[in-house]
Amino acid sequence: MPAKILVVDDDGAIRRLLRNTLVHAGYAVAEAWDGKSAISGAAAERPDAVLLDLGLPDRDGLSLIPLLRGQGEAVILVVSAREAVEEKVAALDLGADDFVTKPFDTEELLARLRVALRHRSASDPAPRTIRRGELSIDTEQRRVTRGGEELHLTRKEHEVLGVLARHIGRVVTHERLLTACWAADEDPRIEYLRIVIRNLRQKLEAPGPVGSVIANELGVGYRLRAEG
Amino acid sequence: MADGQRPDPDALLRAAVQEGRGRLKIFLGAAPGVGKTYEMLAEGAARRRDGVDVVVGVVETHGRAETEALVRGHEIIARRAVRYEGRTLHEMDLDAVLARAPRLVLVDELAHTNAPGSRHPKRFQDVEELLAAGIDVYSTVNIQHVESLNDVVASFTRIRVRETVPDAVLEAAEIEVVDIPPDELIERLKAGKVYLPDEATRALGHFFSRSNLSALRELALRRAAQAVDARMLEDVRALGLGGTWAGGDRIVVAINELPGADILVRAAKRVADGLRGPWTALFIETPRAAHFTDEQHARVAATMTLATQLGAAVATVPAPTVVEGIQSFLADARATQLVLGKSRRSRWFELRHGSIVDRLVRDTPDVTVHVLPVPAVKAPRGQAPRRPARWGSPAGYGVTTLLVAAVTAIASALFHILDLGNVALLYLLPVMVAASLFGLRTGLFAGLASSLVYNFFFLPPVGTLSVSNPENVVSIFVLLGVAIATSQLTARVRAQADLAAASARTNATLAGFLRQIAGVNDADAAARMICDDVRRLLGVQVVLLGAGEGGVMRTLAASDPAYRLDTMDHAAAGWAFDTGSAAGKGSGTLTASEWLFQPLRAGDRVLAVLGVASEAAGQPVRADQLPLLSSLVDQAALVLERLRLQAEMRDLDAVRMRDRLRAALLSSVSHDLRTPLTAVIAAAAQLRHGATPALIGTIESEAARLNRFVSNLLDMARVEAGALRLRTEAIDLSDAVTGAAHDARRALEGHDVRLDVPPDLPLVRADPQLLHHCLLNLLDNAGLYGEPGSEIVIEGGHRYGELRLAVLDRGSGLPPGREAEVFETFRRLQGSDRAVGGTGLGLAIVKAFAEAMGLSVEAANRAGGGGAAFTLVFPPALIVRDLPAEGLS
Repeated sequence: MPAKILVVDDDGAIRRLLRNTLVHAGYAVAEAWDGKSAISGAAAERPDAVLLDLGLPDRDGLSLIPLLRGQGEAVILVVSAREAVEEKVAALDLGADDFVTKPFDTEELLARLRVALRHRSASDPAPRTIRRGELSIDTEQRRVTRGGEELHLTRKEHEVLGVLARHIGRVVTHERLLTACWAADEDPRIEYLRIVIRNLRQKLEAPGPVGSVIANELGVGYRLRAEG
Repeated sequence: MADGQRPDPDALLRAAVQEGRGRLKIFLGAAPGVGKTYEMLAEGAARRRDGVDVVVGVVETHGRAETEALVRGHEIIARRAVRYEGRTLHEMDLDAVLARAPRLVLVDELAHTNAPGSRHPKRFQDVEELLAAGIDVYSTVNIQHVESLNDVVASFTRIRVRETVPDAVLEAAEIEVVDIPPDELIERLKAGKVYLPDEATRALGHFFSRSNLSALRELALRRAAQAVDARMLEDVRALGLGGTWAGGDRIVVAINELPGADILVRAAKRVADGLRGPWTALFIETPRAAHFTDEQHARVAATMTLATQLGAAVATVPAPTVVEGIQSFLADARATQLVLGKSRRSRWFELRHGSIVDRLVRDTPDVTVHVLPVPAVKAPRGQAPRRPARWGSPAGYGVTTLLVAAVTAIASALFHILDLGNVALLYLLPVMVAASLFGLRTGLFAGLASSLVYNFFFLPPVGTLSVSNPENVVSIFVLLGVAIATSQLTARVRAQADLAAASARTNATLAGFLRQIAGVNDADAAARMICDDVRRLLGVQVVLLGAGEGGVMRTLAASDPAYRLDTMDHAAAGWAFDTGSAAGKGSGTLTASEWLFQPLRAGDRVLAVLGVASEAAGQPVRADQLPLLSSLVDQAALVLERLRLQAEMRDLDAVRMRDRLRAALLSSVSHDLRTPLTAVIAAAAQLRHGATPALIGTIESEAARLNRFVSNLLDMARVEAGALRLRTEAIDLSDAVTGAAHDARRALEGHDVRLDVPPDLPLVRADPQLLHHCLLNLLDNAGLYGEPGSEIVIEGGHRYGELRLAVLDRGSGLPPGREAEVFETFRRLQGSDRAVGGTGLGLAIVKAFAEAMGLSVEAANRAGGGGAAFTLVFPPALIVRDLPAEGLS
């Protein structure tokens, strides 16, 4: 049975575009155009994922996130033109799984949706081993190899990479990374995280500016890219 | 209006913009016969043809055929007949017009005085009522009827009209000047086409001379131009002497207690209007002012009131002499123009004291002095002031008694060598001492005591109080006379000395206060200085309150941080703010408050409220300090008003700047947004007939370009609106560059991008999004202007403690010597022969964002040429150093 996606957006053209894209990608689609219809739609349709616009006519989309969370297991993907960092962090903190900024690339949207849905099903946890070209990351064994050769990572680098790998494809906020990898008495500071990420990049990647394995979501957090 | 008060110009202006109020248009003419009425009727007729409901309220045709023809086309409201002293006068029927309620009513001769017994004494008051009822009014007026020009017209036409229209009425109206050349008017006059009122007929030849008509015409045109300017400048109009424009003129008119001062004030208004500067009516309070009669006091007050009505600030400054007072005020107020009346003091007075005018002209070189003749009116002689009798102190009587006793002892000792007359002379001593030190009563007492003692001890028969020789009676009277004369003289001298000393003190205090505060350009600092100075000068607790949210006054500054205001105090402060009159202890209102609140007023608005309270319990301010307090309050108000106007000017400038930028933005952007849209629409239309990958590519890349423009526009709008909020955090530059290069990958297509950032570069503090947009725009720019296929280098490194991140391209580079200009908004430097798309916003955004974060930007050609280098420079303060290593293990 195809996964069901609830598209919440007040703009008819965007809903139509998303419906076409999603149906074409093999999903079943339901639509809602405001907060009220989103809540009733989520109750009636039991969707597997909600694509949520934040600028709705009757209420702020942010306030819908906890309500939707409370209604079921649906993955929540925020799709919004709002760029403010605070809003993105707030959406993630309230329980959204990821966000995509309008105007979006449909391929990227579908990729994020796939990742989110995969995480949702308990039967399919994050893969133990992540392969990316020559790179292989075994989060459980804490073994990272490139071209068969083991890379030496520090404890912190392993921890940060582990958290990112467990959420592969999804953004992890700075806050969450710092709480997960630094003890409270270690003075968790974003400066440390920056340095750890830089060191990780230098170890994991071939030199070159484009196509980093670890993507930086400005002001929000980091994401381990799901696919090349 | 029914009570005959003058309309307040501000109120009129405000009211005029209110919905539902009628509008007034005035046809202003230089002289009778220029065709105002004709013009008004013609325009009324035009409006009627447009379908407007027009009626004639009152029009004098004076039997002129063309005018009558025009009137006949209109609906006319019948006039009301009024019987007055056996004559029948025909006045406009105000009630009939109101009942008829047309859209527009034509009312001739605005300055007309209604027949006694009418509802309003003046026709302009009838018009005011029509306007209030929402009816538009057209009216006519000749320039000599304008109140502030009344004197000037009379001065050269020698005809004074009694019917005047307040300037405020004109200021609230739209003005159309009805203008014909003087020669033509004289022709019309000769042809008998001009109706003249009786008083003009008498002086006909003089009034209608060419020179007069030219002067009147100029006055009319200037007045109309001022009306337009006044409305344009309304917001930035300076109300006070503080002035707002650094180079502007500030006019001061010095008035005195003599009749004719009102003429000076009117003249000063004309000077001020002509120069478009703020003006102040100044009265110098010399010790002489203490001897003014009630009438003279009233005249000064009336002149000051007139000045206020004409828009002036007023100031009363105590000073030992008029010249000193005027000079110090001119300096403090930084005045540029002084208006004075020609002295009417006697030759004798001028010989003794020197001419005030001469001395002012000589000693104030920076100020233009206007000296105006004032018509001679016989001033009633001031009455000599009567001083309250005082009995003197008991100590004075004691000392006097001792002195008399001492003189008696000395005289007894010397009696054998002195004759009787010389003994009497000795008694002059205690009398003069007592009279000069202790006043009249004590002096008289000394005289009486001396004469009695002299009589008893020395005048034969010695030992009795009887006088045998009538010659000696004279001695007794001389002693008493000396007592009276001496005490009077010294009393006067002392009173004058006291007054002069007090005035000098007050004057020095005020001058110091003014000098200090004139240099302040920050409202908070000014508020603090006002509080501190008032506290220092009066020895009281001071608090300055301004309008706040929800009706509660907000504290601007306080002399004592531990001050406390309770509900009653707030009520009094609020009262003072709302009503513009003093409240609290020592005033007449809300006296339960411990504080005395004085409003700081400019024009009819209250800017703030100054509260004073005694540091111990008791009256906040001693009665003799009240004048000083009110002067300080006046000056403080002027300062606050100046600052407020300055702030308004700055805001206005910023708005103007923003508007200009917005206009440039719109013109630039409409082109740049439409071009890709056109491509997208065309390609999409083609898609209906079968898609080709090339067309889809076009849509994608053009849409991406649009998106880039839009985000740049949003960024610029944020910069313009001052809405940039920084969220600074530690950033790894290689991380930032990688992210930006990823997002700019489309623009960088076809270029080799090389990242040359040392791995151990320290972190920097910046806003990640702003930095990202900076880098995006720099990379975009490099992609646009770099030769296709060339290399783009991103280079990071240290220099002199700064951290530098440069984006280098290979291309034609920047025009030498004009490198920095690329950061200007909408600047696309010539020098590239390629047609390059871009709004010219990108680099302006780079600069704005970088500067917001505390970075600087540099644009230069690459060393050795062949491309441009744009560098972001992080100052040492933004570099993160000495990160503890244990957090990384």
